[in-house]
Amino acid sequence: MKVNEETRKKSEEDKRISLIINGNQYSLEVGYESYKVKRSDTLAHTLRETLGLTGTKVSCDDGACGSCTVIMGGKAVPSCTILTVECEGKDITTIEGLGDPKTGALDPLQQSFIDHTAFQCGFCTPGIIMSAKALLNKNPHPTEEEIKEALSGNFCRCISHYQVLDAVLAASGKDGGDND
Amino acid sequence: MLFWLPLERMVETMIDSYRYIGKETPRRDGAEVVTGSAKYVDDIRFTNLLYGEVLRSPHPHARIKRIEKSKAEGLDGVEAILTWESVPDWKFGTPPIFRILDRKVRFVGDAVAIIAARTKGIAREAARLIEVEYEVLPPVFDMEEAMKPGAPQLYEELQGNELPLYAPVLGPKSLTEIVMGDVEKGFAEADVITEGTFGYENIPNPLPPESPSAVALWQEPNKVTVWVSNQQVWLNKKILSEIFGDNVEVRAIGGPCGGSYGSKVMSWQVQCYAAALSKATGKPVKVCFSKEEHLAAFVLRPETRIHARVGMKKDGTVTAISGKWLLGTGYYSMTTQSQLSVGAGEAQIAVRCANWDVKPTIVCTNRNASGIVRGFGGQELKCALIPLLSLAMEKADLDPFEVLKKNYVKPGDGYYWRDGNWYSYRGVDYTKAMEKGAQTFVWKDKWKGWLKPTALNGTKRTGVGVGVHGNADIGEDVSEAYVRLDPDGRAVIYSSVTEHGTGQRSNCIKVVAEVLQLSLEAISITPSDTLITPIEWGPAGSRGTYAILSAVIAAAEDAKQKLFQFTAPLLEVDTGDLETADGVIWVKGRPDNRIRWEDALELRTILGHGHFNPDYSLANCMMSFVEVEVDTETGKVTLLRVVNATDVGQIIDPPGIRGQLNGCLGSAGIDSALFEETVLDQSTGCILNSNMIDYKWRTFSELPPIDNVIMETPFASHRFGAVGVGEIATSPGPSAVLMATSNAIGVWLHEYPVTPQRVLNALGKVGSK
Repeated sequence: MKVNEETRKKSEEDKRISLIINGNQYSLEVGYESYKVKRSDTLAHTLRETLGLTGTKVSCDDGACGSCTVIMGGKAVPSCTILTVECEGKDITTIEGLGDPKTGALDPLQQSFIDHTAFQCGFCTPGIIMSAKALLNKNPHPTEEEIKEALSGNFCRCISHYQVLDAVLAASGKDGGDND
Repeated sequence: MLFWLPLERMVETMIDSYRYIGKETPRRDGAEVVTGSAKYVDDIRFTNLLYGEVLRSPHPHARIKRIEKSKAEGLDGVEAILTWESVPDWKFGTPPIFRILDRKVRFVGDAVAIIAARTKGIAREAARLIEVEYEVLPPVFDMEEAMKPGAPQLYEELQGNELPLYAPVLGPKSLTEIVMGDVEKGFAEADVITEGTFGYENIPNPLPPESPSAVALWQEPNKVTVWVSNQQVWLNKKILSEIFGDNVEVRAIGGPCGGSYGSKVMSWQVQCYAAALSKATGKPVKVCFSKEEHLAAFVLRPETRIHARVGMKKDGTVTAISGKWLLGTGYYSMTTQSQLSVGAGEAQIAVRCANWDVKPTIVCTNRNASGIVRGFGGQELKCALIPLLSLAMEKADLDPFEVLKKNYVKPGDGYYWRDGNWYSYRGVDYTKAMEKGAQTFVWKDKWKGWLKPTALNGTKRTGVGVGVHGNADIGEDVSEAYVRLDPDGRAVIYSSVTEHGTGQRSNCIKVVAEVLQLSLEAISITPSDTLITPIEWGPAGSRGTYAILSAVIAAAEDAKQKLFQFTAPLLEVDTGDLETADGVIWVKGRPDNRIRWEDALELRTILGHGHFNPDYSLANCMMSFVEVEVDTETGKVTLLRVVNATDVGQIIDPPGIRGQLNGCLGSAGIDSALFEETVLDQSTGCILNSNMIDYKWRTFSELPPIDNVIMETPFASHRFGAVGVGEIATSPGPSAVLMATSNAIGVWLHEYPVTPQRVLNALGKVGSK
């Protein structure tokens, strides 16, 4: 056991990983010490535990529920299924990166979630907003069916789905009104 | 002292147009939720934090012969390993015979050892290095098998794996059965008598997205602080104090709760592990269950199996119900007795019947435990009771909507509630809401008779069903709040209520703003911290709107009264002559005779106190209508439509109630009749679907239309005439789905969920399992 740890520590010396998160350049040390990024660390773990970006929530930690969704290279991805060491050079946006960094103003999609009370317990909300944001970036005026498809990997147990659809439709300029 | 206003006075005090009540207002925590800055317990940072991990049993029933932990203890970063030999002798449950770590394990996933280490990775590695030698014992998984002579016994303290029915938390004579009248006389009066068995035994998981988590810091000798992510924060203090002993001072600090649906009312399991490890190390310890632990080793719905006879007259009058009600609680019970009591009361609210003889039994088996879930005993009961009544309706050729409407509690009717006392119902008549629901659903056109489909379309058939549920716990237990008025025209609410999804904290702010006529922005609410905030049972059983808001309203009214008492001499008028809004006080009819709060109070604050005592004479109601489509080739059942009908007196927050009612689908609600189940392997005791891919849940792609019919007939509750309903949204739907599916295929189904296997088996297309 000890031998394996020594080998692992040695092989990870002097390695760094560079990535851009919410517009900021990060260069993280790879290594075994608790403050470094381990090769086994998921992106969700690095965001939350190493960088303190706890807006990304972890629920299943298994790629099934979408709570930890971030936008990487323009795509919504579950950050719990991606190893940080595989993210070299990637451009990542988390929920903390949606608002205007200068004014602190909310993204219109975030504001629409408040305006439509599109959450109950709120735990799954950051992940849902990130999935919806990735959709709107690519397809600014999606149909209701396209929104449902884009959010089909996001678990919401309170059943705020209907109000989420209202919020996303309104943010895309297609106010669908009541869906239920 | 009366703790509600007489109806006449209440109607007088109601005004036509409110400033905030019934209006759409943003949730107070909205910005935190949408920016991810809301701090759930795993988001809070601590210094010197240790991570707790649990080593779990691979056997459903075994005696621990030996635990070898030296290798694990030698691992750098491990700070404590506790086993049954070294853990504090804390006992919990009903009755309190369950230890947090015991010499025996009683289900696959039972805790064997708890570990605290510097990182989660080290704690996990330590768990792998602990060697445990077991003496494997025979397990028992079926309720009736567990009660047979010679069955494996889970506890020395329990005879035949049966638990006592008494629920001390509900008072000295908690309801332990439904027995009244003379059932033989009732059966003699009946036009039809039917008999059958139905079971709701799929033990679904309410599955909040945030897994059970806690942080504890034990400061020797006798102070412990727990940071919790629970529905009821003060209850953590109460229950942990009972477990740790009166000499230990417990402080509970609550933050946002990432879903609960009852299951995280309090989480003694994670809290006791964290507290024991903190006591052993002197450092704060965090325990966060993984989703697999959440699914396999936290709490499930209780299972219910009822065999009963029902007597009914041709006009739908229920003359007698007699039967046996089995409740399975898994390896232990904290609240199953209370769920029995509440369920037994709710049966009488839904079904007017003079003659009952329903005797329950609570059984332990070698599976993960049952606990609190939305619907609290009543949903589990209704899922069997309504189908049993339906057999009689079928025989008498009666429309179930008419029978359920006729038999729901009406003003002046009564029931034995959970505390064993008789209450006369003084709420509204729900007939109108039910009829409006039926009209919205177009029930009269869709109902074709028992076991008859509504429509045929090739291999597909549609069917309709209806269910009902109601709860008198909307006025349960005690609530307290303080409201502080500051000279700058602001108010602060002291309450331990946290936000678990219903918008309760925002609604507290709304009612105080309404009473004091202040802007919403002028009202703050304290963090939930039992060191600061008064006794508050917390949101449960839909008590938030009546019980919690009553205390908050009373505190605001008390503060306002004290403000007027202080100001009246300054303006040389009587207290009753004053009005206030937006931080200004004036004399009624003389708005020029006014004074600002800050000029009146100077450097002084005013504190109002509000207290609510339990009241079980009001009950809420939800009737759900569902339409399903059954594919007779594949057996798949698809939910086509839901209509929920209720009357809440007065809507406090329209989007909030919409969300709560739409919640009928999830959290082990309607979907527990369609596809949700916890699959227990009866040969190994393993849960086969303890992950979120194999545990089925509804996605955005499969949303049926939901119509929520919400009437507003004032209740004699508090000055706004409102009652809560959120908790019960999940409860009437499952039996309605069973009814609808049975009608679609022309054969009665007796089990949940209505899987393709069960449907095709009922159609004679495949064999049973």
